[in-house]
Amino acid sequence: MNTVAIDTAPAEPRKFLCLEEAHPHNGTLLGFWLYLMSDCFIFASLFACNAVLGTSYAGGPSGHDVFDLTGLAVNTALLLISSVTFGFAMLEMARQRKRAMLGWLAVSGLLAAVFVGLEIHEFVTMIAEGAGPGRSAFLSSFFTLVGTHGLHVTVGILWLIVLMVQLGKHGLTEANRRRLFCLSMFWHFLDLVWIGVFSYVYLVGVLR
Amino acid sequence: MSHPSPSVHDHGTSHDAGHETMHAAHGSLRSYLTGFVLAAILTIIPFWLVMGHVIASPQTTILIVLGLAAVQIVVHMIYFLHLDTKSENGWNMLAFMFTVVLVVIVLGASIWVMYNENANMMPMSPQYIHHKQGA
Repeated sequence: MNTVAIDTAPAEPRKFLCLEEAHPHNGTLLGFWLYLMSDCFIFASLFACNAVLGTSYAGGPSGHDVFDLTGLAVNTALLLISSVTFGFAMLEMARQRKRAMLGWLAVSGLLAAVFVGLEIHEFVTMIAEGAGPGRSAFLSSFFTLVGTHGLHVTVGILWLIVLMVQLGKHGLTEANRRRLFCLSMFWHFLDLVWIGVFSYVYLVGVLR
Repeated sequence: MSHPSPSVHDHGTSHDAGHETMHAAHGSLRSYLTGFVLAAILTIIPFWLVMGHVIASPQTTILIVLGLAAVQIVVHMIYFLHLDTKSENGWNMLAFMFTVVLVVIVLGASIWVMYNENANMMPMSPQYIHHKQGA
């Protein structure tokens, strides 16, 4: 009988070569980037709608009739400057200067809030003039696209306020820095989408 | 896998390595200001072209406005979003290129197909209606 085969001694603890899960540094930042890219698709499909329906006026007003280009220039400047001031906040964060960073963040948030305010004013004026989203396919696609962008900016402002409270409370911790990086990407991304909005929807919309 | 033991990695602890990556992710004052100046110029030109009625042909103006928008998007990508081939081991760039391809397909195909739909279907010319009645 072969009794040697059974080894009753306790097994040696297993050795793992990789003790941690495989993940890149700042997996959150890559993940957030992928979210932004998927957000790109949402905006791309809304832009496609606007491209297709942009001249379906249904006898109603055209872009030339309803768009206020001076107001648009102000809005564009606000968003661009807000993007740069957010960059300044990130630079202050790198220098560990919390107070200056919070200052720049507040400036960015205020500029974005004025942007949203002006956009709401524009929408209300247009609806009062009878150029609401229900008037024509052109206006439906306009309100959907610009409204979706405005909603993103509004959510960004709320996120910024929450983050500023957290930064004030807990300081520049690793987690807060990571969150601020995500928000800065979101902020710059919305400014990037706005390039398409002001160029294509408004400026080209006035011409076609 | 990319978090080997500190002895293998020159950067020391994973915290430091993470800090290193984050440091690379944000630009400098110079890059933000360069981006701002370029973006401002690329914004002012299309507004000037459209509001000042500089070019008589709307088609030419539309092409220039769209071209400048494309350039400005690249400027924002480089100077504000700091997109390069190195960040996140190139995965950012890969995801971005994939997105660009799909966005071009979605936009291009929609415009192409719907343009042809419009061109072939929309105008109910009197001749066409007459032909239908005759048939």
